[in-house]
Amino acid sequence: MLGEGILKGLAETAKNFAGSFVSAERLTTVQYPEERVPTAENARVFPFLVYDGPEWLAGLRCVACQICEKECPPKCIYIEKSKDKKPDYVGKPQIYPAKFDIDVSVCMSCQICVEVCPFEAIKMNTEFELATDDRFGGLLLDREKLAKSNEYYHHVHPTEAAEVDARLAEEKAKHEAKAKAAAEAAAAKAAATKPAAPQSAPESAPATPKPAPPAGGGE
Amino acid sequence: MSIPFFVISALTVAGGLAAMTLKNTVHCALALSVAFAGIALLFLSLDAQFAGFAQILIYIGAVAILVVFAILLTRGSETPTDGVHSGTWLVGLAIAAAVFAVLGWAVLASAPGLHDEAAAPVVTVRDIGNALMGRYVLPLEIVALLLTAATIGAVIVAMHEKARTK
Amino acid sequence: MAATIDQIWIFFLHWLVGFLPAAWQHAAAVVLCVAAIIAVFCTLFALAVLMERKGLGRMQNRYGPNRVGIFGILQPVADGIKALIKEDVVPFRADAVVHFLAPVVLVVTVFMGYAVLPMGRHMVLVDMDAGLLFFFAMGAATELSVFMAGWSSRNKYSLLGAMRAIAQMISYEVVLLLASIAVVMIAGTLSLPKIVDAQASYSGIFPHWYVFTPWGLAGFLIFVIASTAETNRSPFDLPEGESEIVAGYFTEYSGFKFALFFLGEYVEMLAVAGLGTTLFLGGWSAPLSVLNVLPSWFWFFLKVMLWICFFIWLRGTLPRLRQDQLMNFAWKFALPFTLLNLVVTALWRILGPGWEQWVFCTAILAAAYVFMSLVGFRANRVGPRRYRYAE
Repeated sequence: MLGEGILKGLAETAKNFAGSFVSAERLTTVQYPEERVPTAENARVFPFLVYDGPEWLAGLRCVACQICEKECPPKCIYIEKSKDKKPDYVGKPQIYPAKFDIDVSVCMSCQICVEVCPFEAIKMNTEFELATDDRFGGLLLDREKLAKSNEYYHHVHPTEAAEVDARLAEEKAKHEAKAKAAAEAAAAKAAATKPAAPQSAPESAPATPKPAPPAGGGE
Repeated sequence: MSIPFFVISALTVAGGLAAMTLKNTVHCALALSVAFAGIALLFLSLDAQFAGFAQILIYIGAVAILVVFAILLTRGSETPTDGVHSGTWLVGLAIAAAVFAVLGWAVLASAPGLHDEAAAPVVTVRDIGNALMGRYVLPLEIVALLLTAATIGAVIVAMHEKARTK
Repeated sequence: MAATIDQIWIFFLHWLVGFLPAAWQHAAAVVLCVAAIIAVFCTLFALAVLMERKGLGRMQNRYGPNRVGIFGILQPVADGIKALIKEDVVPFRADAVVHFLAPVVLVVTVFMGYAVLPMGRHMVLVDMDAGLLFFFAMGAATELSVFMAGWSSRNKYSLLGAMRAIAQMISYEVVLLLASIAVVMIAGTLSLPKIVDAQASYSGIFPHWYVFTPWGLAGFLIFVIASTAETNRSPFDLPEGESEIVAGYFTEYSGFKFALFFLGEYVEMLAVAGLGTTLFLGGWSAPLSVLNVLPSWFWFFLKVMLWICFFIWLRGTLPRLRQDQLMNFAWKFALPFTLLNLVVTALWRILGPGWEQWVFCTAILAAAYVFMSLVGFRANRVGPRRYRYAE
């Protein structure tokens, strides 16, 4: 019958209207900024630098290899290497960035810097409320503003951080095993120079020709 | 002959003059609407409510809109670059003067027939309705026939256009 | 006591005007009434805007504005301040005089319509003999302001919007008039207070409102549809469709002039709702005779606001009609139905009181409605769209 569709539509909107007062889950909006919709785990906004341990300067994972600076499409990263070195998570001395600036007004959140970093040093943050009225420096984040702890990384990206930690621990274990084996080989060699134990030499032989894995590893 | 009458008729005459002399045709149409409104106010000042409101409803609400549509849909909306005076203005003036003379004579000749101090009869809408249905039903039906013919003609002209463009 | 509250405005007016010398009293009373009407209906305008935003929000599963004032009550104030402090941009090639006059003409003519609405017992500003005609005359004059707005902006979108708006308003004005004529036929007068008086009687406790008669119900439904179209409300808001032609005929208006257009549109909505209430819903009379203890102006404004709620409800439900669909609906469905309604009203009057008038009139109207909808369905003009897919 003519008009039936209109009446059905009116009934539907009336149900919506009345229901919105009665059941809270009908309303699909949240009262921002008092409530916030939780962001998805793989949301990405702008990068941040990860550091291990309590002190950000000492624990920064970045070794200033400048790969992310070169790969960044809009060239929003600016890195200056340091003159000295500090030990990384496996103990090897690495240079660190004296300056690491990201201009987030230029950054387009493509995540390429994260994908190419060999040291798991730069990851994507999910914080988007960065609006500021300082036009000329407010959106230029320096090293200190970018550094966030590994606990924070676990907080925003739990599964990713767990996987990265597992990989880094594995690398560290491999490195330590290699170091231990090298130390044992050195000790055995030192003991072999003494005319005492010739049968320890063939034990150390299978240890040395193993190729040394690159410190850190890729994916 | 009182102050409101002079004010309203000044407005009406000004509107009519503006409708003739303004360069932009749409401005002329709007000035014509002001003249119509002035005439409606004259009707109202004579207590002819029905005539006054019908004047607004029909003249301003329909005839002025029609004039405006006609101006817009043709090329009359372009402001003419040279003068708006036509070459045959003398003949036009003569005809207008003749019409005015006839109307003036008719009005003045009928004046002695009216009583000066008689109270104007209060004509309600009911009386107008009775007159239209009773005494003047034939003119009413003829006007209705005329309007129907005009409507059908408009539809036929529009349909022809559609058939040709199809 | 109830009678005092009912006539409270009259008493207040007489008390206030009593302070002035006798020669000025009438003029002062008129001025005070006009000021009161403007104040009341501007407040109702603010209320209607707020109701619209909150109501539409709730219908669309969201909150409306709720930041300004508790539950967003001060939102119209914020909107008003915003509109007043915005820069008034007039396009360079626009016709400045006409551009300025268009909103003025609109607001003046829509406020004039309130002069004849009876808002309570003995509470009408001017009791004109041809009151209904005056109201429609003012409605017709608003079309001119729409044209002025659209043309003076020298903008293709504005002009197109104005053309569409005028075509729509003229078509639906015919329908509106004819729907009202049915009421005039039965009431026998064009004067709105007398029309309300004819409806303000009760048989038992049930009122004699015209909407409770078959021809009245049909006329009321047509009046609702035509008034939605007359005021350019959704689903008939193509001329000012926000997603279609920017803003139609008031594209080039900003700041205070836009606020005036907005005000004019809502005030016209309230006026047309007031007219519909007066013609069909019994004006200031209560729905049941026992409820007459509540004042008459309360019932009038309640009915007007319910009408506005229905407009808002309709806006939240229906999509926009296309221009040709709109015009087709007016001339091919609404107008014939309205003419039939006139015939049925005459038949009602001829048959006189009794059961015959109810049965025959209802039967004819229902049969016509069913017939037209079947014809429409068959010709695939109306109803759910049926598709034929390639096999």
